[in-house]
Amino acid sequence: MSDTNKTDDAVIPQQASAPEKASEEREVLLKVEGLEKHFPIKKGILQRQVGAVKAVDGIDFEVRKGETLGVVGESGCGKSTMGRVITRLQDPTGGKVTFEGQDITHLSTAKMRPLRRDIQMIFQDPYGSLNPRHTIGSIVSAPFRLQGVEPEGGVKKEVQRLLELVGLSPEHYNRYPHEFSGGQRQRIGIARALALKPKLVVADEPVSALDVSIQAQVVNLMDDLQEELGLTYVIIAHDLSVVRHVSDRVAVMYLGKIVELADSTKLYESPMHPYTKALMSAVPVPDPKRRGQKSERILLRGDVPSPIAPPSGCRFHTRCWKATEICRTTEPVLLELRPGQRVACHHPENFADQAPQDTVLLTAAKEASELVGEAVLEEDAKTPAEPAAESEAETPAEAAEAPEASEDSTVAAQESQEPTGK
Amino acid sequence: MTELSKTGAAVGEPTPSNPSDAFLEVRDLKVHFPTDDGIVKSVDGLSFSLEKGKTLSIVGESGSGKSVTSLAIMGLHRLGARGKNVRMSGEIWLGGKELVGASPDEVRRLRGREMAMIFQDPLSAMHPYYKIGDQIVEAYRVHHNVSKKVARTRAIEMLDRVGIPEPAKRVDGYPHEFSGGMRQRAMIAMALVNNPELLIADEPTTALDVTVQAQILDLIRDLQKEFGSAVVLITHDLGVVAEIADDVLVMYGGRCVERGPVDEIFEKPQHPYTWGLLGSMPRIDRETSDRLIPVKGQPPSLINVPSGCAFHPRCPYADLPKGNVTRTVRPELQQVDGGHWSACHLSPEDRTRIWTEEIAPKL
Ligand SMILES: Nc1ncnc2c1ncn2[C@@H]1O[C@H](COP(=O)(O)OP(=O)(O)OP(=O)(O)O)[C@@H](O)[C@H]1O
Ligand SMILES: Nc1ncnc2c1ncn2[C@@H]1O[C@H](COP(=O)(O)OP(=O)(O)O)[C@@H](O)[C@H]1O
Ligand code: SF4
Ligand code: SF4
Ligand SMILES: [Mg+2]
Ligand SMILES: [Mg+2]
Repeated sequence: MSDTNKTDDAVIPQQASAPEKASEEREVLLKVEGLEKHFPIKKGILQRQVGAVKAVDGIDFEVRKGETLGVVGESGCGKSTMGRVITRLQDPTGGKVTFEGQDITHLSTAKMRPLRRDIQMIFQDPYGSLNPRHTIGSIVSAPFRLQGVEPEGGVKKEVQRLLELVGLSPEHYNRYPHEFSGGQRQRIGIARALALKPKLVVADEPVSALDVSIQAQVVNLMDDLQEELGLTYVIIAHDLSVVRHVSDRVAVMYLGKIVELADSTKLYESPMHPYTKALMSAVPVPDPKRRGQKSERILLRGDVPSPIAPPSGCRFHTRCWKATEICRTTEPVLLELRPGQRVACHHPENFADQAPQDTVLLTAAKEASELVGEAVLEEDAKTPAEPAAESEAETPAEAAEAPEASEDSTVAAQESQEPTGK
Repeated sequence: MTELSKTGAAVGEPTPSNPSDAFLEVRDLKVHFPTDDGIVKSVDGLSFSLEKGKTLSIVGESGSGKSVTSLAIMGLHRLGARGKNVRMSGEIWLGGKELVGASPDEVRRLRGREMAMIFQDPLSAMHPYYKIGDQIVEAYRVHHNVSKKVARTRAIEMLDRVGIPEPAKRVDGYPHEFSGGMRQRAMIAMALVNNPELLIADEPTTALDVTVQAQILDLIRDLQKEFGSAVVLITHDLGVVAEIADDVLVMYGGRCVERGPVDEIFEKPQHPYTWGLLGSMPRIDRETSDRLIPVKGQPPSLINVPSGCAFHPRCPYADLPKGNVTRTVRPELQQVDGGHWSACHLSPEDRTRIWTEEIAPKL
């Protein structure tokens, strides 16, 4: 969403493209390690804990200054929970969150207060998140009151400035939320989130409740504000088209885990995790000419399994058409297989097989592959052969260069891998 | 005579007396709701038609009258207390029968058999306290004089048909035991149990994940192929439209502003509002230019509909046609070619120029 790291927007002249890795060179603003949020399930008179909803179950990522990180995944995969935990609206049950180098995982409410200015959240529902009995002025000025901040020129003047900033009129100051449309209410929510000049804005489905034409207004607004104010965004959305449009990097979640985390262009043009591929192939393309190309479409069987008892090994193995024994027994680690693309899979797409010795498909995989387009399977059949042929000639130079690699637990693993460079 | 489009689904201006060969034909439909604030003109002069085996997509922003249209066809506005507060006029022909003037009993006999509907929220069509199977059995026995046992076999067959695993077991489940996607499938099974000739699907996938959406669209397409039904699919997702529609009808403020074969609507759209919809849409299949091109402003009030062209307060080209015509004269649908119609005062030259030079390159 920011102007500094667009990769190939040659069409738009003022968008002169910065080098590809710009996003990775930026300073880390927020770092998340092994983050967990388990909700206990209690039963009986004694309210004994009988299990847990593993909404977020060990995720690692970082958000860099000025970038937009998109988070996608099916309903219930833990996106909103992740958002609430990194903003400390909920306490994590495990792992670590670092903001600007400070460990904020267990900060008390009092110690969190100054940080509340820097980390703001925008919610999905433009109707439910605004108190209907308060005027717009009082809603947008609430953060000043809560933080005991007196902006330059007074609260009212600053609120009116904020309203103008998000495309509303200063005269709206004394009006009530019900007098506004969904798009306008979302703007009010954004004005409130921006009041204290936050460094990080976590937006949970900021446009999903809006009509497409209004959605475009809000997306453009968030884009402008990022440029103007140097904001960093984490945007959670289930709409993969919106996420492609706004994000520099994208994290794909499945059942409480990040299965792939990559630069937006790479992820959309050459996804490596089978789930990412299936998810993207399911999005209808607004081009009637491409209709009926069934080979492009991967249908996943059934529903997402329960986060209370997620499948063993790779959580996707019950629906994956490539699943083998190792997928059932061993959880794949999120590794930076290609620069700027981390993936957790034993048999990734568009890349060398990570467990080539394991070739016997699970029964579920055989069934799943009936639902996979022929083109996908053909591609799969080809992939393992390529790296074998190239492995002598190619050096893992690209992988070694990958920034961040040094801090990553993945270095050792990387060195033994040959990028196909495809 | 009426003009058939290439695909044959949407036809031109209907003939005055006799319905065309189309299976469904809606003519000058008006659905108005008197309220304390004034008359809500939810649908205000809508005409279209649809042949068997074809799919018509109705698109438009929320409040444009899509659901009201589908409820009107199903005869659901006149039920119960709601019925007193609605004014309907125009004609709806279904397989040679006119429904606006028909008695509620006549329409009831058609509902569930000749025509069926799938809703956005499956729970609105299913009773939470009854077993899924019993509800399907009930829907079947209303129109078929068969034993419960026969109907149950039919219900299991339908659940299997829509891809519910272990249908013989699931038939005794309750709606809340089904996931969102499975409930949607069960509702489709219920809607299709009597092989309806017309299926109306109102945002059937809007609440679902893309993965489930893909399954449901696939299902609707397969079932249509098998049974040759006519399908009206209401959506605001142009991706879904491109995927499934033969013809498209774009609604704005209770009226049709453009309609035509799906290829034409995507390749040569003629109405500024359609351009706005296309420009607003982020795309998954390509790196879009930096900014979306939103439609500015807000959807119109249906009580005080803007004069002239209802879109004029939001239209960037409102001043282009000569004089004050966009603000004073309501544009009627004009034939572009074949089955493609558009309601806009812009000259064909202006439209072609704006689309090819200003809009298309930015998409
Ligand atoms: N307070 C809670 N108590 C128990 N379980 C919870 C709680 N909050 C969330 N969950 C569960 O955690 C899982 C993840 O929920 P979350 O809201 O994060 O999903 P999501 O990815 O945001 O989904 P959606 O796309 O539907 O918004 C779900 O199974 C949900 O039911
Ligand atoms: N029973 C009713 N009484 C008054 N207004 C109604 C009624 N039903 C629908 N409307 C109004 O009609 C308009 C069109 O509604 P609808 O067809 O549901 O829109 P959509 O295109 O989103 O499906 C809306 O402004 C809605 O508020
Ligand atoms: S191939 Fe194995 S590891 Fe990779 S996604 Fe499928 S099941 Fe998981
Ligand atoms: S009639 Fe005028 S206002 Fe309406 S769409 Fe055409 S140009 Fe725009
Ligand atoms: Mg959520
Ligand atoms: Mg509706």
